[in-house]
Amino acid sequence: MGSESVSKTVLKEQYTKFIGKKILFIVVLVIFLILLMGFAATLGSASITMKEVYIAILRRLLPNFAISKPLEAELSDIIVWRLRLPRIMLGVTAGMGLATAGTVMQAILRNPLASPFTLGIASAASFGATLAIILGIGFGFAGGTLVVANAFIFTMLASIIIFTLANYKGATPGMMILIGIALSFTFSASTSLLQFFGDPEEVAGVVFWMFGCLGRASWSNVTVISLVLLICMSYLIWKSKEFNVLNAGDETAKSLGVNVEQLRLVSMLVASFVTAVIICFTGIIGFIGLVCPHICRMLIGGDNRFLLPASCLLGAVVLLGADTVARTIISPVIIPVGIMTSFFGGPLFFYLLMRKREEYW
Amino acid sequence: MKLKITGITFKYASEPILKNVTMELGKREILGLIGPNGAGKSTLIKCIDKILKPLGGSILLDGQEIRKMTRREIAKHIGYVPQTSSGCFPATVFDTVLMGRYPRTGWGSSDRDIEKVAEVMELLKIERFALRNFNTLSGGEKQKVMLARALAQEPKVLLLDEPTSNLDIKHQLEVMEVIRDIVRYKGISAVVAIHDLNLAARYADKLVMLHKGGIFAGGYPESVLTYENIKKIYGVEAEVKKGPYGLYVLPLKPASYSAVMENRVFTSVE
Repeated sequence: MGSESVSKTVLKEQYTKFIGKKILFIVVLVIFLILLMGFAATLGSASITMKEVYIAILRRLLPNFAISKPLEAELSDIIVWRLRLPRIMLGVTAGMGLATAGTVMQAILRNPLASPFTLGIASAASFGATLAIILGIGFGFAGGTLVVANAFIFTMLASIIIFTLANYKGATPGMMILIGIALSFTFSASTSLLQFFGDPEEVAGVVFWMFGCLGRASWSNVTVISLVLLICMSYLIWKSKEFNVLNAGDETAKSLGVNVEQLRLVSMLVASFVTAVIICFTGIIGFIGLVCPHICRMLIGGDNRFLLPASCLLGAVVLLGADTVARTIISPVIIPVGIMTSFFGGPLFFYLLMRKREEYW
Repeated sequence: MKLKITGITFKYASEPILKNVTMELGKREILGLIGPNGAGKSTLIKCIDKILKPLGGSILLDGQEIRKMTRREIAKHIGYVPQTSSGCFPATVFDTVLMGRYPRTGWGSSDRDIEKVAEVMELLKIERFALRNFNTLSGGEKQKVMLARALAQEPKVLLLDEPTSNLDIKHQLEVMEVIRDIVRYKGISAVVAIHDLNLAARYADKLVMLHKGGIFAGGYPESVLTYENIKKIYGVEAEVKKGPYGLYVLPLKPASYSAVMENRVFTSVE
């Protein structure tokens, strides 16, 4: 009995260490993200230091905090809060949301290829935006809000179609992915058809919308995204242990007490909602939702309780990093961040797959 | 814990799979489900665990109707070990066994959960690959891990769907021994769907022979595994002998051997 309890103690220690590593990874990501946000705020036509950035931020968050002289402080306050932080925060929240949605979709569909875009959700958003830009029809008021509202509504429409059909035919992963692919083709074809009949100028507008960029950032859209993210993240992290169980297969998950169909449908709706809220403001930003979960899984394993927050933070880091490069590399031209993420993300993912540890599927 | 199944019926797309199945299982008992492919063994096991919902009949667990219990409640009493399993994404063996604690705990894993997982892993001697990826294990190792996961649920009834079908003879015996020991020492019950009649005869206390979704014979191995029953259900002539370790079945030839030969031998040479 003596030697047996020794091996049990070793086992428990091993596991504690294993969990510790995951927590460490998350902490490192948080620190890195804060530094990256500070650094991103220093870049631009007016140069300020990272110290000034943090002071400007803290002055507003903690009103009693006053270190620098009023005049200088006012200038950096305007630069940071009015010009740069909205864009940075949009990058951070969008990255978080897209990566979270991707992680959840991969978990509930048990498919490494799942992401907000494989389910036809992005095609639906593009179609909504195209409809607004080329034909000027849609929900909401004219102008910019029309595009935003349309993109949002069509995204939700797509996920409701998937939801309803899957509910009717049985919410198996295969069924949901196939419905997504069918939707994706339908919406892309409709988009192409509209583009074919559109004016060159309008088509250019559509193409630009589809690139995906953070140029439309404002405090109001950052607030909307943040609120949605907060609510949806809470739900998803609460369910993260069920996602773990789901990985073992539907039957096993049911035998362990998980209400599989309900979990899959509700989580799919939540993840689509997050995606919809983001891409209606940013346009299509690919890669983040697909790849961030994979990178994190390679580094810290598949336990969703840790994978979800880690992937969410990595999404923020990657999107903000890509946008920072995109707006400085050939300044003053700002390359749309959607192009940057896919451009660098593709080869990076290639590299990671080639050198992956043997154990990763 | 007593499991009482009365008049269970199940259909897949109007094709009846189970017809009026009735059986009982007591504490410290292993019930072996035997029968040819498609007899309804797996379906019956899934119905007991409410993975599939039976159309009629009742399943009582210590007098409580399973159909009225939530999945989580059932999972506290019944552990299910599937035939094979592979996660889509990598999960360590430890995390896989930890899933078994899900019905009993909320979001986090308490020290008691970790303790329990370590305990069952030690019991099944799988602690040396605790942090390996479940998907990279061999069939026998996987079977033990899935058994460990079911035991981590602290169930009163274990349901095993052909636990030995992918294993070599050593692992077959190991897994069956473990199941029998656990049932005896922990005072639980087990329902084991099994193909191998010799293993069934040796390890099960009672056997139920299913045929086309209905019970063809049930009772002690001696009364179920007879020359006539095997010939009728499996279409095989077999010798049933009593040895020092119980009954053993030696299959001799298909009952309709000559007829098969005449039809097949020429068409298969192409």
